[in-house]
Amino acid sequence: MTESQRPRPVVQLTLMRLREMMREPGALFWTFGFPVLLSVALGIAFRVKGPEPVVVGALPGVTLQARDALASAGVQVRLLDEAAAQAALRSGQVAVLLVPPAQPGEPFTYRFDPVRPEARLGRATVDAILQKAAGRQDPLAVRDQEVQERGSRYIDFLIPGLLAMNLMSGSMWGIGWVIAEMRVRKLLKRLLAAPMRRRHLLFAFGLSRLVVIPFEIALILIFARLVFGVQVAGSYAALGLVGLAGSASFAAIAILVASRAQNTQTVSGLMNLVMLPMFVLSGVFFSSTHFPEVTRPFISALPLTAMCDGMRAVMIDGAGLAGTLPYLAVLAAWGVVSFVLGLRWFRWG
Amino acid sequence: MNPTSPDAEPALLCRGLRKIYEAGRGSGRKRAGAVLALEGLDLAIVRGECFGLLGPNGSGKTTTVEMLEGLIEPTGGEVKLLGMDWAHDESRLRERMGVALQETRLPEKLTVEEVLTLFRSFYQRPRPLEALLADVQLEEKRRAWVVKLSGGQRQRLAIACALVAEPEILFLDEPTTGLDPQSRRQIWGLVAAYRARGGTVLLTTHYMEEAQRLCDRVAILDRGRLIRLGTPAELIAGMGAEHVVELELEAGIGALDEATLRNLPTVTDVHLSGEGVWALAAVEPERAVPALRTLLQERGQHLVRLGTRKATLEDVFVSLTGRALRDD
Repeated sequence: MTESQRPRPVVQLTLMRLREMMREPGALFWTFGFPVLLSVALGIAFRVKGPEPVVVGALPGVTLQARDALASAGVQVRLLDEAAAQAALRSGQVAVLLVPPAQPGEPFTYRFDPVRPEARLGRATVDAILQKAAGRQDPLAVRDQEVQERGSRYIDFLIPGLLAMNLMSGSMWGIGWVIAEMRVRKLLKRLLAAPMRRRHLLFAFGLSRLVVIPFEIALILIFARLVFGVQVAGSYAALGLVGLAGSASFAAIAILVASRAQNTQTVSGLMNLVMLPMFVLSGVFFSSTHFPEVTRPFISALPLTAMCDGMRAVMIDGAGLAGTLPYLAVLAAWGVVSFVLGLRWFRWG
Repeated sequence: MNPTSPDAEPALLCRGLRKIYEAGRGSGRKRAGAVLALEGLDLAIVRGECFGLLGPNGSGKTTTVEMLEGLIEPTGGEVKLLGMDWAHDESRLRERMGVALQETRLPEKLTVEEVLTLFRSFYQRPRPLEALLADVQLEEKRRAWVVKLSGGQRQRLAIACALVAEPEILFLDEPTTGLDPQSRRQIWGLVAAYRARGGTVLLTTHYMEEAQRLCDRVAILDRGRLIRLGTPAELIAGMGAEHVVELELEAGIGALDEATLRNLPTVTDVHLSGEGVWALAAVEPERAVPALRTLLQERGQHLVRLGTRKATLEDVFVSLTGRALRDD
């Protein structure tokens, strides 16, 4: 038999992985269906609505004149008795409660919780309206200019995070879990009993991810563009590079996590141990700047943070290849260290 | 071919092969403490021979074959396979041998053809796909997913994967465990056909019928030790009696004691085989049986069953260890 008729091992091993994935409806859903559904759900939940009206409560005794002044300035006023007013204030249904003077000549009372931003906003709005109605003149002339910055919506923030999260999950499950499963099935051992090169198998794992990644990225980007009008401000090449570097880095982490696991329960436990803290800390859904300042260096060093921030730098801030270098460096460091340790500890049998 | 001819180069040679699983590093159930899986095994398998490793579960059969296959590192001893050793010639060795592990689960959602193509890709000189499919009679299943195959078909596919490059030596670890009799006979047919082409086979089994039918020589392992080695006929002859008389009494086993049965003429050995059945190894059953009947009449005992048969390797194992080979 001639060389040309012989099937090539890397091609066959890659086809094995791709066929197994394409023939497994569950795998297809988690790779392609789930991130789209998640972006729909979150995009709808956090869609941009018009400016929220200020809602205030008024106890009996607040004059009709004051209520009319507020209503004509766009503030919703709800007349409540004492008990209902307290409950509404506590649950945030009203931002501020207007309490009339107990005796003529005493001042109005604004009852509100200063910890809540919408309560402070409500108090300032109500006060300005009432003071003006009472005849206050503004000494300084001002003018408002309202803008809508591109990329400032929640969905613009979310999509790069979802992309990063999806690529991470794809590498972890598509490699780590699969390795553990092949070990349990003794397929790893069987392949080694044939003259298969170990590097061919690892190479095929990488290659099968490489084939799927462009589809994963494109599907989410096209969907986000069509449904939510999300744009990529920077270059697609830079975005692809961050995606590839992140996927490769997590592929190496997956090999490390699966290097000794003897069953699939162990490996899924370990992978969740690795991934769950990053879902929370790395700012997939909400900016990681909410965490205390001292934790910032640690959070920035996480691979998912690097991938999320890198993708946001390209998609929102318009970064080019050079702008992604710091993120690529973090991803490369994780990838190289994990790969070296993973290979050293790897158990084939 | 005469497997004991001195001029044949051995296909496989091992000396002092041993394996100790350290505490906490063993596989599966043997985690606590160091476990001796195999103690100093010497074997020489000649080309063209079919050699069987026999023993109950846990006797060390799988550990032994996987060390010979270069998949488990031995704790001590040396292995020469086709004149080469694992440390220096691994890739050349893998080209020239075929392996079917105990219960490999091949990729479930690949077709028969795709699995064979995958395995063909690993070898320098794979046999044509059509020939492989024909060998294991899976032509009609070529486009079926592995998960849809029966147990026998899956095992035939596993053997086809081992035969992809016409190996010089074929390792089969419990090739017919859990299969129905018809599938088992099909596997035996595959092994016979491979041997007819000049191949050497090493198989493990705990089915005595399989060993007796397929193997030129067998080694009986028990608890990591080799306890007998020879042709099936030699091992049976070594028991001292080639016949077995089995009897079952109405009153149960308590009605007779071992010493009484041992005193019957030409009886060399007495064991309880299975539930309430006495098995007597007898040189001349035609003398032992009448004496047994007389004994039972004197004692007023009634038989449920009485039969004589040729001794098997199963009887050899029982007489050597006092235990049945199969615990299932």
